[in-house]
Formats: sequence, structure tokens, C-alpha cells
Amino acid sequence: MSAEAVVFYVFGAITVLSGAVVVLARSLIYSAFALLFTFFGVAGLYVLLGADFLAATQLLIYVGGILVLLLFGVMLTHKLYDLDLRSEVTQFAPGIIVASGLFVILIAVAVRTQWTAGPGRPPSVTTAEVGRLFMGQYLLPFEAASILLLVALMGAAMIVRRRKLA
Amino acid sequence: MIGLQHYLIVSAALFSLGMLGILTRRNAVNVLMGVELVLNSANLNLVAFSRFGSGNLQGQLFAVFVIVIAAAEVAVALAIVLTLYRLRRTSNLDEADILRG
Repeated sequence: MSAEAVVFYVFGAITVLSGAVVVLARSLIYSAFALLFTFFGVAGLYVLLGADFLAATQLLIYVGGILVLLLFGVMLTHKLYDLDLRSEVTQFAPGIIVASGLFVILIAVAVRTQWTAGPGRPPSVTTAEVGRLFMGQYLLPFEAASILLLVALMGAAMIVRRRKLA
Repeated sequence: MIGLQHYLIVSAALFSLGMLGILTRRNAVNVLMGVELVLNSANLNLVAFSRFGSGNLQGQLFAVFVIVIAAAEVAVALAIVLTLYRLRRTSNLDEADILRG
């Protein structure tokens, strides 16, 4: 087995197993920390795919931002003395049936489709090229995304603001 | 040789797990974690197609946009969850039925 295969299987196993822990763990805190390992695993797969800029972005935004926000959400919506922070599970059997059915269908599509093999893009440094594309060909979506982010953050601050009830 | 299909299979597993989390969990923050898993699996697919497909960077650029939208989504969703908690003292989605007539 080549080194690439070993690294792929390690990161793939980390991703899928910790993803399973996220979904199946009883405690919300366990779920949040398993999510950390899922994000790390996906970042490792990005590196393996030659997307170095995206891997760094994944770590900065998902681990540094979104995960911290989710932990704040867990902490702020429970009373502090409420130590076990359980999350209720309902409809477990139908959920398992739907999710595993979906999994089988997706696997069948992935394996049986003849994917047109392009020239491919061997891993190389991408940051400069990504920046050039964002500032050139994809400038409009880039600006739209930044406006969206601004509006969403202002809206979020607006929603949580405590206001006097009329 | 690790090819496109290996990544598609990992991504399919991640997507199904996220779907299971969305369907079975009742805590709003936990459902958001399921949504994050689904978004990550979509991103993994985009980057894998970018690597093995036509050979340009568009898949990676699209993944960056997905990350931006995920950040916006989590910020707004957590604001809503906090407001719900302030109103009803719960983050259980089944009890969030204020809008029901």
C-alpha cells in the first residue's frame, strides 16, 4: 500500500468515525469535540487532494469559528449546573432506515457511474492562483459573499439583542 | 491508487451521518452539527472533483463559498436558538411551536 493510501485511510477513518460519534454521542459536549476531529479529518483529506489553501481555511473558520460558536450555543442554552447536557433522540429507527438507504444509493451512484476522467490536477501550491481567481474572474461572487456575511452577522446581532417588550 | 471514488464514498458516509443527526436529534445545536457534517461532505465532493476532474480550481473556489455561507448560517441559526431559549427556556425543537396556529 502506498503512503498516499495509508494517509487517506487514516484521515478517512478519523472523519467517518468521529462523524459517527457526533451523531450518536449522548452528551452534547462529546458531540462538539468529536466534530473537532471530523473537521481535522476533512482538512487532512483536503491536503491530500492538493487543496492547501482550503485546508487552512477549513481549520481557521470551522475549528476556530464555527465550532467555538457551536460550543457557545451549547453552553448558553443550558443551565450551568446542568452537567450532563443530554440531547434527546427521537425517531431513531426511521432515521436509521432513511440514512442508510441514502448511503446505499449514494455508494451505488459513486461506484457504478463512469466518471469522465479529466486531465486531473496534481497537487501544487494553490494559494496564489486562488487569490488571482477571486480578484479577477470571480470578483462579483466574492463581493456578494462578503456582503452576505456582513448582513448575516448584523442580522444575528440584531436578533439576539435584548429589547424592551412593548 | 486512491481515486475519485474513494473520496466520494467517504463523503457519502459523512452525508448520511449528518442526515441521521438532522433526523434523529431534537436539540437545535445538535441538528446544526448535523448540517455542518452535510456541508463538509459536499465540500469534500467539490474538492475531489476539482482534483480528479477537469483540472481547474473552480471546485476549490466553490468550496470556499460554501464555507462562507456555513459561517453565516451558523451565526444566524445560533442567534435564533438563543432567542428561542430566552423565550421558552428550551432548545428542544419539538417545543418550538410558537408559530403553530
